[in-house]
Amino acid sequence: MSEKYVGRPVDRLDGAIKTVGEARYAGDHRYPDLAHAALVHATIPRGRITAVEDAAARAVPGVIDVLTHENAPAMKPPPKVTLLNLSTLAIGTSVNHLATDEVHWNGQPIAVVVAESQEAARHAASLVRVTYEEKPAVVDFAAEEPNAVPQKSNALQSARADKGDAEKALADAEVSVDLRFTTPQHSHNALEPHTTTAVWDGDRLTVHEGTQSMAWTRRHLAQRFGVPERNIRMLSPFVGGGFGGKGQVWAGTLLAVLAARATGRPVRLALTRAGVHHAVGGRTPSAQRVALGADRDGRLTALIHTSVARTGRVGGHLEQITAASRHLYDSPNIHLRQSLVQLDLIANTSMRAPGESIGTFALESAVDELAWELGMDPIELRMRNEPERDPIEGRRFTHRMLREVYAVGAERFGWSERDPRPGSMRDGKWLVGMGVATAYHPSLQMPASVTVRLDADGGVVVRCALHEIGVGAATAQAQIAADELGVPLESVRVEIGDSDLPEGPMAGGSAQTASAASAVLEACRKLRRSALDLARRSAGSPLRGATDPRARDGGLYQDGRGETYAEILARAGRDHLEARAGVGMLRFLARTVREQRRWMKAASGAQFCEVRVDQDTGEVRVSRWVGVFDIGRVINEKTVASQLRGGIVMGIGLALTEETLVDRRTGRVVNASLADYHVPVHADVPRIDVHCLDDPDPTMPLGLVGVGEVGITGVGAAVANAVRHATGRRVQDLPITLDKLLPH
Amino acid sequence: MKPFSYVKPLDLAEAVAAIGPGAKFLGGGTNLVDLMREGIELPETVVDVTGLPLDEVDELPGGGLRIGALVRNSALAADRRVRAAYPVLSQAVLAGASPQLRNMATVGGNLLQRTRCRYFYDQAYACNKREPGTGCDALDGFTRGHAVLGVSGSCIAAHPSDMCVALAALDATVEVQSVRGTRRIPMSDVHLPPGDTPHVETALAEDELVTAVELPPAPVAAGSRYRKVRDRASYAFALVSVAAALEVRDGTVTAVRLALGGVGTTPWRAREAERLLEGGPATEEAFGRAADAELAAAITRQGNAFKVPLARATIVATLKELAG
Repeated sequence: MSEKYVGRPVDRLDGAIKTVGEARYAGDHRYPDLAHAALVHATIPRGRITAVEDAAARAVPGVIDVLTHENAPAMKPPPKVTLLNLSTLAIGTSVNHLATDEVHWNGQPIAVVVAESQEAARHAASLVRVTYEEKPAVVDFAAEEPNAVPQKSNALQSARADKGDAEKALADAEVSVDLRFTTPQHSHNALEPHTTTAVWDGDRLTVHEGTQSMAWTRRHLAQRFGVPERNIRMLSPFVGGGFGGKGQVWAGTLLAVLAARATGRPVRLALTRAGVHHAVGGRTPSAQRVALGADRDGRLTALIHTSVARTGRVGGHLEQITAASRHLYDSPNIHLRQSLVQLDLIANTSMRAPGESIGTFALESAVDELAWELGMDPIELRMRNEPERDPIEGRRFTHRMLREVYAVGAERFGWSERDPRPGSMRDGKWLVGMGVATAYHPSLQMPASVTVRLDADGGVVVRCALHEIGVGAATAQAQIAADELGVPLESVRVEIGDSDLPEGPMAGGSAQTASAASAVLEACRKLRRSALDLARRSAGSPLRGATDPRARDGGLYQDGRGETYAEILARAGRDHLEARAGVGMLRFLARTVREQRRWMKAASGAQFCEVRVDQDTGEVRVSRWVGVFDIGRVINEKTVASQLRGGIVMGIGLALTEETLVDRRTGRVVNASLADYHVPVHADVPRIDVHCLDDPDPTMPLGLVGVGEVGITGVGAAVANAVRHATGRRVQDLPITLDKLLPH
Repeated sequence: MKPFSYVKPLDLAEAVAAIGPGAKFLGGGTNLVDLMREGIELPETVVDVTGLPLDEVDELPGGGLRIGALVRNSALAADRRVRAAYPVLSQAVLAGASPQLRNMATVGGNLLQRTRCRYFYDQAYACNKREPGTGCDALDGFTRGHAVLGVSGSCIAAHPSDMCVALAALDATVEVQSVRGTRRIPMSDVHLPPGDTPHVETALAEDELVTAVELPPAPVAAGSRYRKVRDRASYAFALVSVAAALEVRDGTVTAVRLALGGVGTTPWRAREAERLLEGGPATEEAFGRAADAELAAAITRQGNAFKVPLARATIVATLKELAG
């Protein structure tokens, strides 16, 4: 493969239309007769609906219908979640919306108003009066946390690990730290609130929705609405931010489809910003303990990491909070446990690096604290405990370059300028601090199918139901196909975002690009073989004797002889050639299990952070950031850097500002708005220097490892560690707000 | 949003005549429209006053400035005369909201903006301000953003404005007009502490329109400063803010203005602190004593107790900076 495009900072193919506003998102599709829906949310955490008064709502001009559990056509109940049918992972909650009078969380959608305009629908929704019979609810994570029960392990994650006797080793250790950390619940706040446009035509359904999982959503809708999967078309060419919040099917999707069926009208349902907080799960809160024992030279003798997270009583995602502690440090004694409580709150869901983002905050804060105890440089401490093999299972690492990322990072950041004494570095009224932490995220692949077509005019069409959640999904595959076929990038068209296309991987687990790349490469190779076969059978082709031509200049060439694909096709009288590639689920799972036994593969990095802390007020501002990553081969320097930078920005939010406030009396989210739920604004984000080693992972297609999540891991700890250096204070409870740094 | 009728009068007499029961004046709409969307304000009629000729900043004959009620916040902050004579006001306005909001928001609207207490906004909660007599769910809820000064058992909602804190420090006067005529209200009387009637927020009658804000001459304000402490670097309400002006001669405070934001149910003029500072030494100890005296009246809850030490630290740091 000639590498003309792979590795280059190619502009994203959808950049221009997004810039001028021509990219059409789920809420931009107009249909004649389009109706608008709005949700009514429960105002109690648990109980039964005893009455719904909808007369005032129905009287609003333009209201078409008010759907409640009393009159809505019933959906089939959601199936049980099972790993034997991965699409069941798409189920956000076990609640069968509008088929029950039960309320399971404060904010649960309990009615849908359909009207001629969004304004009328939302106004009428505010007039629906619901009375309840309230039942006691358990909503306070901090109060329930002592009652956690062990989480069960499953095929996707192990909730426990033991090696040696970690508690004893901790008690015997020459130097130790034993710290408790807490992280709060987080809400999804993608730029595009969840929006669905649903159109029924008889028993055929078209759904426009920004989703991270077209295939699973389609399968789930087919099951819930009792129609064959082939009758449903999901269109999702653009997703206005996913981050895990659009990986599962939530009430808005289902109720838009239900409302369209009930009213016989195309229906658009766009959640309000508050509606996203109430009807879409977020990140679990956590309480964690990390205890480390070491000898005086900083060699770890004990590593203990335990966590408590929550799910809803009606569903929830299990987070691998202790996962990074399985892989980062060599210790003869390791003890890892994950526990859970169930609360009467909305089910939680994935949010960028679920588990690792908050787990690395605790682990990497504790490692830093151990460095303080030892009086040792925190990078040096990490290097002394860098394992040769995966510490618990003894697997080989496919690629382990933490030494390299730290070396490069320290150089770029100027780590050697750091005066290690806490509070020693100042800039006027600001206390300056520098901190580091390790970023780590396991690498995954998922099944993907693609077709690649060569047209008579030399054009190439790659087709795969990929999800463009903002990462430049199509651009990366176009670069790969262009290089593999030796054609100009401009001649490659990548069709994505349509469930009628060959099934793509879900956009999750940092797996989409690698998963699709594997299939695109295979399809392109098949195409080249077909083209060569065709040429060799054609009288007069300069490729007749060719055995191993190179793909370049829009065709195949060997020893200076060859011709373009267009010429090959024309000579053979064909208008196109097409190849399909991809593996089925069973073969895929078998391969994954085999690989996982053999190898540990991951993206990793070193996060370097400089903070300034106001000496009077405790305000923390991040003033500098360097992130150096090992993500294998870089396909597109520009989009990769953007994704890593985005992860770091989100991590700054996790470190300093983000917290969903759940009222402990009512279980209701109190700060359900962008004014009150603080994500970082531009002024909170410094210039972020992102650098990738660009060294291919030998076991991955093209050597690339996923990049979507590793960027946020380690960020919380890097900030906390920098604050520790600036102030001498160890903040163990996120977010690091100024009240936690005020003088006592 | 509940349907409403909309009128846009083009002269003042017409505007004040158009207002009546169930009607609301609309300026930039950056707060009223939000409240209408949330179903908290439910006007039958919206009287858009942005067509009135009240958008100039004029110099007053005896010194000082007259700021039209419809001057946009961004224009006010950028006005050269404001920046030269009352930098605290320019800084306060720029510390609030975002450029887009400041381009819309008017001076009159900023004066009359309502609290951002989430228990006020979310109708699932009890709120005496929204529905008198129903109780206050904020008291035992999340109070990080709530007031510690001027609070009552009925309401602890903080006044959200930055601009008003500067106006309080500057002894501004607010001019209002209705069909009954014009009257002038000192800034310190415009906003009312909640007491037992937190729904009554200002001294303005329902039918009175803010027409102007007047700033008297204040030489001490030439070196004034607004310091806002918040949870992120921009677009967040103040946890604590300090509007301050200080004149020191030979180590003695000869003039001082001090007002606080984020801690009061109203823009909080720190008169007790001023009284202690005036004529006293310009030292860190004296600043601290003055801050303590002002904050002695604070009534805190678990979630906002940090505001007392934070306000103290911010007052002291700001005065120290001004003292040079």
